Amino acid sequence: MQPRTFTVPPPREVFRVGPVVVTETVVNTWLIMAVVIVVAYLLARRLRRIPRGAQMVLEMIYEGVESLVVSAMGPGRRGFLPYVGTLMVFIFLSNISGLFGLRPPTADLNTTLGLALITFFSIHYFSIKTKGLRGYLRSWLEPIPLFLPFNITGELAKPISLSFRLFGNILGGYLILGLVYFYAPVLIPVPFHAYFDLFVGFLQTFIFAILSMVLIALAME
Amino acid sequence: MALVDGMDPKAFVLAASALGAGVAMIAGVGPGIGQGYAAGKAAEAVARQPEARSVIIQTMLLGQAVAETTGIYSLVIAIILMFANPFIRLL
Repeated sequence: MQPRTFTVPPPREVFRVGPVVVTETVVNTWLIMAVVIVVAYLLARRLRRIPRGAQMVLEMIYEGVESLVVSAMGPGRRGFLPYVGTLMVFIFLSNISGLFGLRPPTADLNTTLGLALITFFSIHYFSIKTKGLRGYLRSWLEPIPLFLPFNITGELAKPISLSFRLFGNILGGYLILGLVYFYAPVLIPVPFHAYFDLFVGFLQTFIFAILSMVLIALAME
Repeated sequence: MALVDGMDPKAFVLAASALGAGVAMIAGVGPGIGQGYAAGKAAEAVARQPEARSVIIQTMLLGQAVAETTGIYSLVIAIILMFANPFIRLL
């Protein structure tokens, strides 16, 4: 008899459009987008001046993100609020989608690297915007021109460490939950879900957002 | 060509990869020490200034997450060796 062995499949292929393979990750991302759009539309349809019910929850989330942006980037950079808010809502829902039996889209390096690249390009765009092209190019040669290779390595390391941190944490949690489900499928996974999906999921969301904000704010100084 | 007489080269690569995954996870020692140090310092800070508790915890978690990065790299390498082994394809 063949012994049962534990393997973790890569994201399943759902369908194919010509040469483009659409995997589970992409389909789950669409699902999360649909949930966010529908919930946001339904809850924001009738806003009242005096909030109650679901509007209270929305305003609490908004104020939480706002205080985070203000504390990490300063009160003059409130313009980053929509980006950071979107980032946090998407990453958090992706991270906890394991609770609903989906493969978390953030357990795929393609998703996290995409998110990290948005931050990477924002860093350089806002750096050029605030310092001007000349000041931006000079910042590569600081403190002395000899540091150019170190600065290049440091800049390239930012998106890699951002994406691998989120990817590794969520994939690790997904693997451990897979192992637990393989050996003890009933009741025992519950505390593991609470830790790996909810706690780690929230913590990594928070850290991705804070680090993105700090890196962009640093580049703008 | 088998390295040892009678041994399947595939088995040898698999065994070495399993060992490699285990060795890679030794890197988990570093983040463990670092995160514990950060948590200890945070406990001291809360004891000194209990009113700054929430800021201290937030700073501690952020620092710990950054300290965790090297451990996550080793985890990714171990996962690659176990579930997406690149060496078995070279045979």
